[in-house]
Amino acid sequence: MGKSKLLIFAFAMVLIPVLLAVGADGIAPYDPVAQDIVARLHGPMATHWLGTDQLGRDVLSRILFGSRASLLVSAASVGLALLAGGTLGLLAAFYRGWTERILMRAMDILFAFPVMLLAIGVVAVLGPGGATATFAIAVVYTPIVARLLRGPALVICESDFVIGARAAGATDARILFLHVLPNLAGVMLVQTSLLLSSAILVEASLSFLGLGTQPPHPSLGLMLAEGRNVLMLSPWSALFAGAAILLLAFGLNLLGDALRDRLDPRLRGPA
Amino acid sequence: MIRLLTARLIDLAFVLIGVSLLVFLMIRLIPGDAVAIMLGANTEVTADKVEALRHRIGLDQPLLTQYMHWVGAALHGDLGTSLWTGRPVAEEIASHIWPTLQLSLLALLIGAGLSIPAGCIMANLRGQAADVAMRLASVAGLTIPSFWLGIVMILALATLAPSLQMLGYVPFSQDPLDNLARLILPAICLALPILANLSRLVRSALLEALGQDYIRTARAKGLGETRVLYRHALANALIPFVTSLGIQTGYLLGGAIVVEQVFAIPGLGQLILGAISDRNYPLLQAVILLVTSGFVLVNFGVDLLYRFLDPRVRG
Repeated sequence: MGKSKLLIFAFAMVLIPVLLAVGADGIAPYDPVAQDIVARLHGPMATHWLGTDQLGRDVLSRILFGSRASLLVSAASVGLALLAGGTLGLLAAFYRGWTERILMRAMDILFAFPVMLLAIGVVAVLGPGGATATFAIAVVYTPIVARLLRGPALVICESDFVIGARAAGATDARILFLHVLPNLAGVMLVQTSLLLSSAILVEASLSFLGLGTQPPHPSLGLMLAEGRNVLMLSPWSALFAGAAILLLAFGLNLLGDALRDRLDPRLRGPA
Repeated sequence: MIRLLTARLIDLAFVLIGVSLLVFLMIRLIPGDAVAIMLGANTEVTADKVEALRHRIGLDQPLLTQYMHWVGAALHGDLGTSLWTGRPVAEEIASHIWPTLQLSLLALLIGAGLSIPAGCIMANLRGQAADVAMRLASVAGLTIPSFWLGIVMILALATLAPSLQMLGYVPFSQDPLDNLARLILPAICLALPILANLSRLVRSALLEALGQDYIRTARAKGLGETRVLYRHALANALIPFVTSLGIQTGYLLGGAIVVEQVFAIPGLGQLILGAISDRNYPLLQAVILLVTSGFVLVNFGVDLLYRFLDPRVRG
Protein backbone atom coordinates (compact mmCIF):
# COMPACT_ATOMS: atom_id res chain seq x y z
CA MET A 1 0.00 0.00 0.00
CA GLY A 2 2.69 2.50 1.08
CA LYS A 3 4.92 1.34 -1.76
CA SER A 4 2.41 2.09 -4.49
CA LYS A 5 1.64 5.49 -3.01
CA LEU A 6 5.34 6.28 -3.11
CA LEU A 7 5.50 5.18 -6.72
CA ILE A 8 2.57 7.43 -7.64
CA PHE A 9 4.14 10.33 -5.75
CA ALA A 10 7.48 9.83 -7.51
CA PHE A 11 5.77 9.54 -10.87
CA ALA A 12 3.91 12.82 -10.28
CA MET A 13 7.18 14.48 -9.24
CA VAL A 14 8.64 13.56 -12.60
CA LEU A 15 5.58 14.15 -14.74
CA ILE A 16 4.73 17.67 -13.54
CA PRO A 17 8.15 19.25 -14.17
CA VAL A 18 8.40 17.41 -17.51
CA LEU A 19 5.01 18.74 -18.63
CA LEU A 20 5.94 22.25 -17.50
CA ALA A 21 9.24 22.06 -19.37
CA VAL A 22 7.70 20.61 -22.53
CA GLY A 23 5.00 23.27 -22.51
CA ALA A 24 7.49 26.08 -21.78
CA ASP A 25 6.54 27.90 -24.99
CA GLY A 26 2.95 28.27 -23.87
CA ILE A 27 3.46 28.57 -20.11
CA ALA A 28 6.46 30.89 -19.76
CA PRO A 29 5.23 34.44 -19.15
CA TYR A 30 8.24 36.06 -20.86
CA ASP A 31 10.80 35.45 -23.57
CA PRO A 32 13.67 33.69 -21.67
CA VAL A 33 16.35 35.79 -23.39
CA ALA A 34 14.50 39.14 -23.48
CA GLN A 35 16.39 41.67 -21.36
CA ASP A 36 14.80 44.44 -19.34
CA ILE A 37 17.78 46.17 -17.80
CA VAL A 38 15.63 48.60 -15.77
CA ALA A 39 13.90 45.74 -13.97
CA ARG A 40 17.04 43.77 -13.14
CA LEU A 41 17.83 41.80 -9.96
CA HIS A 42 14.33 41.90 -8.54
CA GLY A 43 13.09 39.41 -5.97
CA PRO A 44 9.81 37.56 -6.46
CA MET A 45 6.91 39.92 -7.24
CA ALA A 46 3.54 39.99 -8.99
CA THR A 47 4.85 40.60 -12.52
CA HIS A 48 7.89 38.31 -12.16
CA TRP A 49 6.91 35.42 -9.87
CA LEU A 50 10.47 34.27 -9.30
CA GLY A 51 12.12 37.66 -9.85
CA THR A 52 14.60 38.77 -12.51
CA ASP A 53 18.31 38.12 -13.11
CA GLN A 54 21.27 40.46 -13.61
CA LEU A 55 20.09 41.38 -17.12
CA GLY A 56 16.45 41.78 -16.13
CA ARG A 57 15.40 38.47 -17.67
CA ASP A 58 12.44 36.67 -16.10
CA VAL A 59 13.76 33.90 -13.83
CA LEU A 60 10.61 31.73 -14.07
CA SER A 61 10.71 31.75 -17.88
CA ARG A 62 14.43 30.96 -17.88
CA ILE A 63 13.89 28.08 -15.46
CA LEU A 64 11.11 26.59 -17.61
CA PHE A 65 13.23 26.77 -20.76
CA GLY A 66 16.36 25.79 -18.84
CA SER A 67 14.63 22.70 -17.47
CA ARG A 68 13.67 21.77 -20.99
CA ALA A 69 17.29 22.08 -22.09
CA SER A 70 18.47 20.00 -19.11
CA LEU A 71 15.88 17.30 -19.73
CA LEU A 72 16.70 17.21 -23.45
CA VAL A 73 20.44 16.82 -22.87
CA SER A 74 19.87 14.18 -20.17
CA ALA A 75 17.33 12.21 -22.16
CA ALA A 76 19.40 12.26 -25.33
CA SER A 77 22.60 11.27 -23.54
CA VAL A 78 21.00 8.47 -21.53
CA GLY A 79 19.24 7.28 -24.69
CA LEU A 80 22.54 7.13 -26.55
CA ALA A 81 24.24 5.39 -23.62
CA LEU A 82 21.43 2.81 -23.42
CA LEU A 83 21.74 2.14 -27.12
CA ALA A 84 25.53 1.82 -27.15
CA GLY A 85 26.09 0.35 -23.69
CA GLY A 86 23.03 -1.89 -23.92
CA THR A 87 24.12 -3.31 -27.26
CA LEU A 88 27.66 -3.96 -26.01
CA GLY A 89 26.51 -5.51 -22.73
CA LEU A 90 23.99 -7.72 -24.51
CA LEU A 91 26.46 -8.89 -27.15
CA ALA A 92 29.02 -9.66 -24.44
CA ALA A 93 26.49 -11.73 -22.48
CA PHE A 94 25.14 -13.50 -25.55
CA TYR A 95 28.36 -14.45 -27.34
CA ARG A 96 30.63 -14.83 -24.28
CA GLY A 97 34.25 -15.89 -25.04
CA TRP A 98 36.48 -13.40 -26.82
CA THR A 99 33.65 -11.05 -27.74
CA GLU A 100 32.85 -10.64 -24.08
CA ARG A 101 36.46 -10.33 -23.03
CA ILE A 102 37.33 -7.63 -25.57
CA LEU A 103 34.13 -5.62 -25.12
CA MET A 104 34.18 -5.64 -21.35
CA ARG A 105 37.88 -4.82 -21.20
CA ALA A 106 37.25 -1.79 -23.39
CA MET A 107 34.43 -0.80 -21.02
CA ASP A 108 36.81 -1.25 -18.06
CA ILE A 109 39.09 1.40 -19.52
CA LEU A 110 36.29 3.95 -19.94
CA PHE A 111 34.97 3.04 -16.50
CA ALA A 112 38.38 3.77 -14.96
CA PHE A 113 37.93 7.53 -15.43
CA PRO A 114 36.15 9.55 -12.74
CA VAL A 115 32.76 10.53 -14.26
CA MET A 116 33.15 14.31 -14.23
CA LEU A 117 36.74 14.16 -15.39
CA LEU A 118 35.91 12.06 -18.45
CA ALA A 119 32.97 14.31 -19.28
CA ILE A 120 35.18 17.39 -18.96
CA GLY A 121 37.85 15.73 -21.11
CA VAL A 122 35.36 14.94 -23.90
CA VAL A 123 34.00 18.49 -23.83
CA ALA A 124 37.55 19.88 -23.87
CA VAL A 125 38.26 17.93 -27.05
CA LEU A 126 35.04 18.72 -28.88
CA GLY A 127 34.46 22.25 -27.57
CA PRO A 128 31.79 23.39 -25.08
CA GLY A 129 28.08 23.33 -25.94
CA GLY A 130 24.83 21.46 -25.41
CA ALA A 131 25.48 18.89 -28.15
CA THR A 132 28.99 18.04 -26.98
CA ALA A 133 27.78 17.85 -23.36
CA THR A 134 25.18 15.33 -24.53
CA PHE A 135 27.84 13.27 -26.25
CA ALA A 136 30.17 13.54 -23.24
CA ILE A 137 27.54 12.25 -20.81
CA ALA A 138 26.66 9.45 -23.23
CA VAL A 139 30.33 8.38 -23.37
CA VAL A 140 30.55 8.40 -19.58
CA TYR A 141 27.40 6.31 -19.12
CA THR A 142 28.03 3.76 -21.87
CA PRO A 143 30.34 1.52 -19.77
CA ILE A 144 28.01 1.86 -16.79
CA VAL A 145 25.03 0.65 -18.84
CA ALA A 146 27.07 -2.14 -20.43
CA ARG A 147 28.14 -3.44 -17.01
CA LEU A 148 24.69 -3.07 -15.49
CA LEU A 149 22.96 -5.00 -18.26
CA ARG A 150 25.56 -7.70 -18.83
CA GLY A 151 24.91 -9.36 -15.45
CA PRO A 152 21.15 -9.85 -15.79
CA ALA A 153 21.59 -10.63 -19.50
CA LEU A 154 24.00 -13.44 -18.63
CA VAL A 155 21.39 -15.02 -16.35
CA ILE A 156 18.70 -14.77 -19.03
CA CYS A 157 20.99 -16.16 -21.76
CA GLU A 158 21.61 -19.25 -19.61
CA SER A 159 17.95 -19.82 -18.83
CA ASP A 160 15.91 -22.71 -20.18
CA PHE A 161 13.69 -20.69 -22.47
CA VAL A 162 16.68 -19.25 -24.34
CA ILE A 163 18.29 -22.67 -24.63
CA GLY A 164 14.94 -23.96 -25.80
CA ALA A 165 14.58 -21.23 -28.40
CA ARG A 166 18.07 -21.96 -29.66
CA ALA A 167 17.28 -25.67 -29.88
CA ALA A 168 14.17 -24.80 -31.86
CA GLY A 169 16.44 -23.10 -34.40
CA ALA A 170 15.74 -19.44 -33.62
CA THR A 171 18.26 -16.98 -35.05
CA ASP A 172 20.53 -14.96 -32.76
CA ALA A 173 18.68 -11.76 -33.58
CA ARG A 174 15.33 -13.38 -32.81
CA ILE A 175 16.55 -14.66 -29.46
CA LEU A 176 18.08 -11.31 -28.54
CA PHE A 177 15.10 -9.18 -29.48
CA LEU A 178 12.24 -11.52 -28.61
CA HIS A 179 13.55 -13.40 -25.59
CA VAL A 180 16.41 -11.56 -23.93
CA LEU A 181 15.54 -7.89 -24.39
CA PRO A 182 11.94 -8.01 -23.07
CA ASN A 183 13.18 -9.69 -19.90
CA LEU A 184 15.63 -6.87 -19.33
CA ALA A 185 12.91 -4.21 -19.56
CA GLY A 186 12.48 -3.97 -15.79
CA VAL A 187 16.18 -3.49 -15.06
CA MET A 188 16.45 -1.00 -17.91
CA LEU A 189 13.49 1.02 -16.69
CA VAL A 190 14.94 1.35 -13.19
CA GLN A 191 18.41 2.22 -14.44
CA THR A 192 17.12 4.69 -17.01
CA SER A 193 15.35 6.60 -14.29
CA LEU A 194 18.40 6.63 -12.00
CA LEU A 195 20.79 7.53 -14.83
CA LEU A 196 18.52 10.37 -15.97
CA SER A 197 18.64 11.74 -12.45
CA SER A 198 22.41 11.78 -12.31
CA ALA A 199 22.64 13.01 -15.92
CA ILE A 200 20.64 16.07 -14.83
CA LEU A 201 23.29 16.72 -12.17
CA VAL A 202 26.25 16.13 -14.51
CA GLU A 203 24.70 18.39 -17.15
CA ALA A 204 24.09 21.09 -14.54
CA SER A 205 27.69 20.75 -13.31
CA LEU A 206 29.07 21.04 -16.83
CA SER A 207 27.05 24.14 -17.63
CA PHE A 208 27.86 25.57 -14.20
CA LEU A 209 31.53 25.27 -15.20
CA GLY A 210 30.76 26.97 -18.52
CA LEU A 211 31.27 23.77 -20.52
CA GLY A 212 27.65 22.95 -21.35
CA THR A 213 24.89 25.04 -22.92
CA GLN A 214 26.32 28.43 -23.87
CA PRO A 215 24.81 31.84 -23.08
CA PRO A 216 22.43 33.47 -23.82
CA HIS A 217 20.51 30.16 -24.03
CA PRO A 218 18.83 29.43 -20.71
CA SER A 219 20.36 26.55 -18.75
CA LEU A 220 19.91 25.76 -15.07
CA GLY A 221 23.61 25.25 -14.36
CA LEU A 222 24.50 28.46 -16.17
CA MET A 223 21.87 30.38 -14.20
CA LEU A 224 23.51 29.19 -11.00
CA ALA A 225 26.94 30.29 -12.20
CA GLU A 226 25.63 33.71 -13.26
CA GLY A 227 23.59 34.04 -10.09
CA ARG A 228 26.65 33.25 -8.00
CA ASN A 229 28.31 36.47 -9.22
CA VAL A 230 25.45 38.62 -7.94
CA LEU A 231 24.66 36.44 -4.92
CA MET A 232 24.90 39.20 -2.33
CA LEU A 233 22.84 41.61 -4.47
CA SER A 234 20.05 39.24 -5.36
CA PRO A 235 20.27 35.50 -4.66
CA TRP A 236 16.91 34.60 -6.26
CA SER A 237 18.06 33.48 -9.66
CA ALA A 238 20.70 31.13 -8.22
CA LEU A 239 18.39 29.82 -5.49
CA PHE A 240 15.49 29.01 -7.82
CA ALA A 241 17.67 27.53 -10.56
CA GLY A 242 19.32 25.19 -8.04
CA ALA A 243 15.95 24.23 -6.60
CA ALA A 244 14.78 23.33 -10.11
CA ILE A 245 17.83 21.09 -10.65
CA LEU A 246 17.17 19.43 -7.30
CA LEU A 247 13.50 18.90 -8.10
CA LEU A 248 14.24 17.26 -11.46
CA ALA A 249 17.02 15.02 -10.12
CA PHE A 250 15.09 14.16 -6.95
CA GLY A 251 11.92 13.08 -8.76
CA LEU A 252 13.78 10.88 -11.23
CA ASN A 253 15.92 9.26 -8.53
CA LEU A 254 12.91 8.58 -6.33
CA LEU A 255 11.07 7.10 -9.28
CA GLY A 256 13.97 4.76 -10.02
CA ASP A 257 14.12 3.81 -6.38
CA ALA A 258 10.40 3.09 -6.12
CA LEU A 259 10.44 1.20 -9.43
CA ARG A 260 13.30 -0.98 -8.22
CA ASP A 261 11.26 -2.02 -5.21
CA ARG A 262 8.34 -2.79 -7.45
CA LEU A 263 10.17 -4.67 -10.18
CA ASP A 264 13.01 -6.43 -8.40
CA PRO A 265 11.51 -9.54 -6.80
CA ARG A 266 14.63 -10.11 -4.69
CA LEU A 267 14.11 -6.82 -2.88
CA ARG A 268 10.37 -7.22 -2.48
CA GLY A 269 9.45 -7.62 1.16
CA PRO A 270 7.63 -10.69 2.51
CA ALA A 271 4.33 -8.84 2.93
CA MET B 1 46.85 -15.65 -3.28
CA ILE B 2 49.97 -15.08 -5.44
CA ARG B 3 48.08 -16.19 -8.54
CA LEU B 4 45.23 -13.88 -7.69
CA LEU B 5 47.58 -10.98 -7.13
CA THR B 6 49.31 -11.60 -10.46
CA ALA B 7 45.99 -11.69 -12.26
CA ARG B 8 44.94 -8.44 -10.62
CA LEU B 9 48.26 -6.81 -11.47
CA ILE B 10 47.83 -7.76 -15.13
CA ASP B 11 44.34 -6.26 -15.06
CA LEU B 12 45.74 -3.12 -13.49
CA ALA B 13 48.47 -2.76 -16.11
CA PHE B 14 45.94 -3.31 -18.88
CA VAL B 15 43.61 -0.60 -17.59
CA LEU B 16 46.45 1.87 -17.00
CA ILE B 17 47.82 1.35 -20.52
CA GLY B 18 44.31 1.77 -21.95
CA VAL B 19 43.73 4.94 -19.96
CA SER B 20 47.08 6.40 -21.02
CA LEU B 21 46.39 5.55 -24.68
CA LEU B 22 43.00 7.25 -24.55
CA VAL B 23 44.38 10.36 -22.84
CA PHE B 24 47.28 10.40 -25.31
CA LEU B 25 44.90 10.25 -28.27
CA MET B 26 42.81 13.10 -26.84
CA ILE B 27 44.81 15.81 -28.56
CA ARG B 28 44.64 13.87 -31.86
CA LEU B 29 40.87 13.60 -31.69
CA ILE B 30 40.38 17.36 -31.68
CA PRO B 31 38.52 18.30 -34.84
CA GLY B 32 40.75 20.48 -37.04
CA ASP B 33 44.41 21.28 -36.47
CA ALA B 34 44.97 21.00 -32.72
CA VAL B 35 48.19 22.99 -32.89
CA ALA B 36 46.55 25.93 -34.65
CA ILE B 37 43.67 25.81 -32.15
CA MET B 38 46.11 25.86 -29.24
CA LEU B 39 48.03 28.77 -30.72
CA GLY B 40 44.83 30.64 -31.47
CA ALA B 41 44.08 30.85 -27.77
CA ASN B 42 47.11 33.02 -27.17
CA THR B 43 48.71 34.52 -30.23
CA GLU B 44 48.37 35.17 -33.91
CA VAL B 45 48.44 31.95 -35.94
CA THR B 46 51.17 31.83 -38.57
CA ALA B 47 52.48 28.83 -40.48
CA ASP B 48 55.92 29.23 -38.87
CA LYS B 49 54.55 29.32 -35.34
CA VAL B 50 52.32 26.31 -36.02
CA GLU B 51 55.29 24.28 -37.25
CA ALA B 52 57.47 25.40 -34.34
CA LEU B 53 54.86 24.40 -31.74
CA ARG B 54 54.08 21.16 -33.56
CA HIS B 55 57.75 20.30 -33.39
CA ARG B 56 58.07 21.41 -29.76
CA ILE B 57 55.32 19.13 -28.49
CA GLY B 58 56.42 16.36 -30.81
CA LEU B 59 53.27 16.16 -32.91
CA ASP B 60 55.37 15.85 -36.09
CA GLN B 61 56.68 12.42 -35.10
CA PRO B 62 55.15 9.01 -35.77
CA LEU B 63 52.27 8.21 -33.41
CA LEU B 64 53.95 5.28 -31.70
CA THR B 65 57.17 7.22 -31.07
CA GLN B 66 55.13 10.05 -29.59
CA TYR B 67 53.25 7.71 -27.29
CA MET B 68 56.34 5.85 -26.06
CA HIS B 69 58.10 9.12 -25.46
CA TRP B 70 55.13 10.64 -23.61
CA VAL B 71 54.49 7.61 -21.39
CA GLY B 72 58.19 7.04 -20.77
CA ALA B 73 58.66 10.62 -19.61
CA ALA B 74 55.49 10.47 -17.48
CA LEU B 75 56.75 7.34 -15.73
CA HIS B 76 59.89 9.28 -14.81
CA GLY B 77 57.77 12.06 -13.33
CA ASP B 78 58.27 14.35 -16.34
CA LEU B 79 54.84 15.49 -17.47
CA GLY B 80 56.21 18.02 -19.95
CA THR B 81 56.21 21.79 -19.79
CA SER B 82 53.12 23.97 -19.73
CA LEU B 83 52.48 25.53 -23.14
CA TRP B 84 52.40 29.20 -22.22
CA THR B 85 54.15 29.62 -18.89
CA GLY B 86 57.02 27.26 -19.71
CA ARG B 87 56.82 25.88 -16.16
CA PRO B 88 57.03 22.12 -15.75
CA VAL B 89 53.52 20.63 -15.73
CA ALA B 90 54.44 18.58 -12.66
CA GLU B 91 55.12 21.84 -10.83
CA GLU B 92 51.81 23.37 -11.92
CA ILE B 93 49.98 20.29 -10.68
CA ALA B 94 51.92 20.18 -7.42
CA SER B 95 50.89 23.75 -6.64
CA HIS B 96 47.20 22.95 -7.18
CA ILE B 97 46.80 19.41 -5.95
CA TRP B 98 46.87 19.91 -2.17
CA PRO B 99 43.64 21.88 -1.77
CA THR B 100 41.81 19.26 -3.87
CA LEU B 101 43.30 16.31 -2.02
CA GLN B 102 42.65 17.85 1.35
CA LEU B 103 39.08 18.75 0.42
CA SER B 104 38.38 15.25 -0.93
CA LEU B 105 39.89 13.55 2.08
CA LEU B 106 37.98 15.72 4.52
CA ALA B 107 34.73 15.05 2.65
CA LEU B 108 35.45 11.31 2.67
CA LEU B 109 36.12 11.39 6.41
CA ILE B 110 32.91 13.28 7.11
CA GLY B 111 30.72 11.25 4.75
CA ALA B 112 32.10 7.80 5.55
CA GLY B 113 32.57 8.54 9.24
CA LEU B 114 29.01 9.70 9.78
CA SER B 115 27.51 7.00 7.57
CA ILE B 116 28.29 4.19 10.04
CA PRO B 117 26.39 5.63 13.02
CA ALA B 118 23.71 6.94 10.63
CA GLY B 119 23.31 3.51 9.06
CA CYS B 120 23.09 1.85 12.49
CA ILE B 121 20.38 4.28 13.57
CA MET B 122 18.54 3.71 10.31
CA ALA B 123 18.70 -0.05 10.76
CA ASN B 124 17.03 0.32 14.14
CA LEU B 125 14.16 2.42 12.81
CA ARG B 126 11.21 0.32 11.78
CA GLY B 127 7.79 1.15 10.46
CA GLN B 128 6.36 2.64 7.33
CA ALA B 129 6.68 6.31 8.26
CA ALA B 130 10.34 5.91 9.19
CA ASP B 131 10.95 3.94 6.01
CA VAL B 132 9.48 6.66 3.79
CA ALA B 133 11.30 9.41 5.68
CA MET B 134 14.65 7.61 5.35
CA ARG B 135 14.10 7.01 1.68
CA LEU B 136 13.20 10.63 0.97
CA ALA B 137 16.16 11.87 3.01
CA SER B 138 18.66 9.61 1.29
CA VAL B 139 17.34 10.41 -2.20
CA ALA B 140 17.53 14.11 -1.32
CA GLY B 141 21.09 13.65 -0.06
CA LEU B 142 22.05 12.00 -3.35
CA THR B 143 20.44 14.58 -5.60
CA ILE B 144 21.09 17.94 -3.94
CA PRO B 145 23.48 19.67 -6.35
CA SER B 146 26.64 20.21 -4.29
CA PHE B 147 27.34 23.57 -5.91
CA TRP B 148 23.85 24.79 -5.07
CA LEU B 149 24.16 23.62 -1.47
CA GLY B 150 27.44 25.55 -1.32
CA ILE B 151 25.77 28.72 -2.55
CA VAL B 152 22.93 28.31 -0.06
CA MET B 153 25.41 27.81 2.79
CA ILE B 154 27.47 30.85 1.77
CA LEU B 155 24.30 32.92 1.61
CA ALA B 156 23.03 31.72 4.99
CA LEU B 157 26.34 32.28 6.73
CA ALA B 158 26.86 35.67 5.11
CA THR B 159 23.55 36.74 6.63
CA LEU B 160 24.16 35.16 10.04
CA ALA B 161 27.86 35.95 10.44
CA PRO B 162 28.90 38.62 7.93
CA SER B 163 32.44 38.86 9.29
CA LEU B 164 33.21 35.19 8.70
CA GLN B 165 35.71 34.56 5.89
CA MET B 166 34.52 31.42 4.08
CA LEU B 167 36.04 31.65 0.61
CA GLY B 168 39.49 30.90 -0.69
CA TYR B 169 42.18 28.61 0.66
CA VAL B 170 44.82 28.97 3.35
CA PRO B 171 47.58 26.35 3.40
CA PHE B 172 47.52 24.06 6.42
CA SER B 173 51.17 24.88 7.22
CA GLN B 174 50.31 28.58 7.35
CA ASP B 175 47.28 28.50 9.64
CA PRO B 176 45.82 25.05 10.44
CA LEU B 177 42.66 26.43 12.05
CA ASP B 178 41.80 28.84 9.26
CA ASN B 179 42.62 26.09 6.77
CA LEU B 180 40.04 23.74 8.31
CA ALA B 181 37.51 26.53 8.88
CA ARG B 182 37.49 27.37 5.18
CA LEU B 183 37.41 23.77 3.99
CA ILE B 184 34.64 22.56 6.25
CA LEU B 185 31.72 23.99 4.25
CA PRO B 186 32.85 22.71 0.85
CA ALA B 187 33.69 19.38 2.47
CA ILE B 188 30.16 19.09 3.85
CA CYS B 189 28.74 19.84 0.38
CA LEU B 190 30.87 17.09 -1.11
CA ALA B 191 30.21 14.66 1.74
CA LEU B 192 26.42 14.69 1.58
CA PRO B 193 25.95 12.30 -1.36
CA ILE B 194 28.57 9.97 0.16
CA LEU B 195 26.76 10.02 3.47
CA ALA B 196 23.43 9.30 1.75
CA ASN B 197 24.91 6.49 -0.30
CA LEU B 198 26.97 4.78 2.37
CA SER B 199 24.52 5.08 5.27
CA ARG B 200 21.92 3.31 3.17
CA LEU B 201 24.43 0.65 2.29
CA VAL B 202 25.41 0.18 5.94
CA ARG B 203 21.74 -0.08 6.86
CA SER B 204 20.88 -2.78 4.35
CA ALA B 205 24.11 -4.71 4.96
CA LEU B 206 23.43 -4.58 8.69
CA LEU B 207 19.84 -5.74 8.29
CA GLU B 208 20.97 -8.57 6.05
CA ALA B 209 23.72 -9.60 8.47
CA LEU B 210 21.29 -9.55 11.40
CA GLY B 211 19.18 -12.18 9.67
CA GLN B 212 22.09 -14.65 9.36
CA ASP B 213 22.65 -17.79 11.38
CA TYR B 214 25.87 -16.62 13.02
CA ILE B 215 24.00 -13.74 14.63
CA ARG B 216 21.52 -16.21 16.12
CA THR B 217 24.49 -18.23 17.35
CA ALA B 218 26.09 -15.16 18.89
CA ARG B 219 22.84 -14.29 20.64
CA ALA B 220 22.37 -17.91 21.77
CA LYS B 221 25.85 -17.79 23.28
CA GLY B 222 24.47 -15.05 25.46
CA LEU B 223 26.43 -12.16 24.00
CA GLY B 224 25.10 -8.69 24.72
CA GLU B 225 23.13 -6.94 21.98
CA THR B 226 25.80 -4.23 21.56
CA ARG B 227 28.49 -6.83 21.03
CA VAL B 228 26.33 -8.75 18.56
CA LEU B 229 25.61 -5.57 16.65
CA TYR B 230 29.13 -4.13 16.49
CA ARG B 231 31.43 -7.10 16.68
CA HIS B 232 29.45 -9.52 14.52
CA ALA B 233 26.94 -7.76 12.33
CA LEU B 234 28.76 -4.51 11.59
CA ALA B 235 32.09 -6.20 10.91
CA ASN B 236 30.46 -8.13 8.07
CA ALA B 237 28.57 -5.12 6.85
CA LEU B 238 31.93 -3.39 6.38
CA ILE B 239 32.90 -5.45 3.34
CA PRO B 240 30.49 -3.84 0.86
CA PHE B 241 31.24 -0.56 2.64
CA VAL B 242 34.95 -0.72 1.83
CA THR B 243 34.29 -1.66 -1.79
CA SER B 244 31.95 1.26 -2.18
CA LEU B 245 34.49 3.61 -0.60
CA GLY B 246 36.82 3.14 -3.57
CA ILE B 247 34.11 4.03 -6.06
CA GLN B 248 33.27 7.14 -4.05
CA THR B 249 36.77 8.55 -4.58
CA GLY B 250 35.99 8.92 -8.27
CA TYR B 251 32.92 10.94 -7.46
CA LEU B 252 34.93 13.01 -4.96
CA LEU B 253 37.62 14.05 -7.41
CA GLY B 254 35.01 15.11 -9.97
CA GLY B 255 32.75 16.76 -7.42
CA ALA B 256 35.68 18.68 -5.95
CA ILE B 257 36.31 20.34 -9.33
CA VAL B 258 32.81 21.83 -9.19
CA VAL B 259 32.64 22.68 -5.48
CA GLU B 260 36.04 24.37 -5.64
CA GLN B 261 34.59 26.87 -8.07
CA VAL B 262 31.84 27.83 -5.64
CA PHE B 263 34.25 28.43 -2.75
CA ALA B 264 37.04 29.97 -4.85
CA ILE B 265 39.52 27.25 -3.87
CA PRO B 266 42.63 27.23 -6.09
CA GLY B 267 42.72 23.45 -6.64
CA LEU B 268 42.86 21.10 -9.61
CA GLY B 269 39.46 22.40 -10.78
CA GLN B 270 40.94 25.83 -11.34
CA LEU B 271 43.91 24.28 -13.15
CA ILE B 272 41.67 22.15 -15.40
CA LEU B 273 39.27 24.95 -16.30
CA GLY B 274 42.19 27.31 -16.89
CA ALA B 275 43.81 24.74 -19.16
CA ILE B 276 40.57 24.35 -21.13
CA SER B 277 40.09 28.07 -21.69
CA ASP B 278 43.80 28.47 -22.61
CA ARG B 279 43.54 25.34 -24.77
CA ASN B 280 46.57 24.09 -22.92
CA TYR B 281 45.98 20.48 -23.92
CA PRO B 282 49.30 19.01 -22.73
CA LEU B 283 48.53 20.30 -19.22
CA LEU B 284 44.97 18.96 -19.40
CA GLN B 285 46.22 15.56 -20.56
CA ALA B 286 48.69 15.40 -17.70
CA VAL B 287 46.06 16.26 -15.07
CA ILE B 288 43.55 13.75 -16.43
CA LEU B 289 46.20 11.03 -16.66
CA LEU B 290 47.44 11.67 -13.14
CA VAL B 291 44.03 11.90 -11.46
CA THR B 292 42.65 8.87 -13.30
CA SER B 293 45.74 6.78 -12.50
CA GLY B 294 45.35 7.79 -8.87
CA PHE B 295 41.71 6.72 -8.94
CA VAL B 296 42.59 3.38 -10.55
CA LEU B 297 45.32 2.73 -7.98
CA VAL B 298 43.00 3.60 -5.09
CA ASN B 299 40.48 1.09 -6.38
CA PHE B 300 43.20 -1.49 -6.82
CA GLY B 301 44.18 -0.96 -3.18
CA VAL B 302 40.57 -1.19 -2.08
CA ASP B 303 40.15 -4.39 -4.03
CA LEU B 304 43.15 -5.94 -2.27
CA LEU B 305 41.90 -4.69 1.08
CA TYR B 306 38.52 -6.23 0.38
CA ARG B 307 40.11 -9.58 -0.36
CA PHE B 308 42.07 -9.30 2.82
CA LEU B 309 38.98 -8.43 4.86
CA ASP B 310 36.79 -11.21 3.53
CA PRO B 311 38.07 -14.60 4.74
CA ARG B 312 35.98 -16.38 2.11
CA VAL B 313 37.95 -14.66 -0.65
CA ARG B 314 41.24 -14.72 1.26
CA GLY B 315 41.30 -18.52 1.40
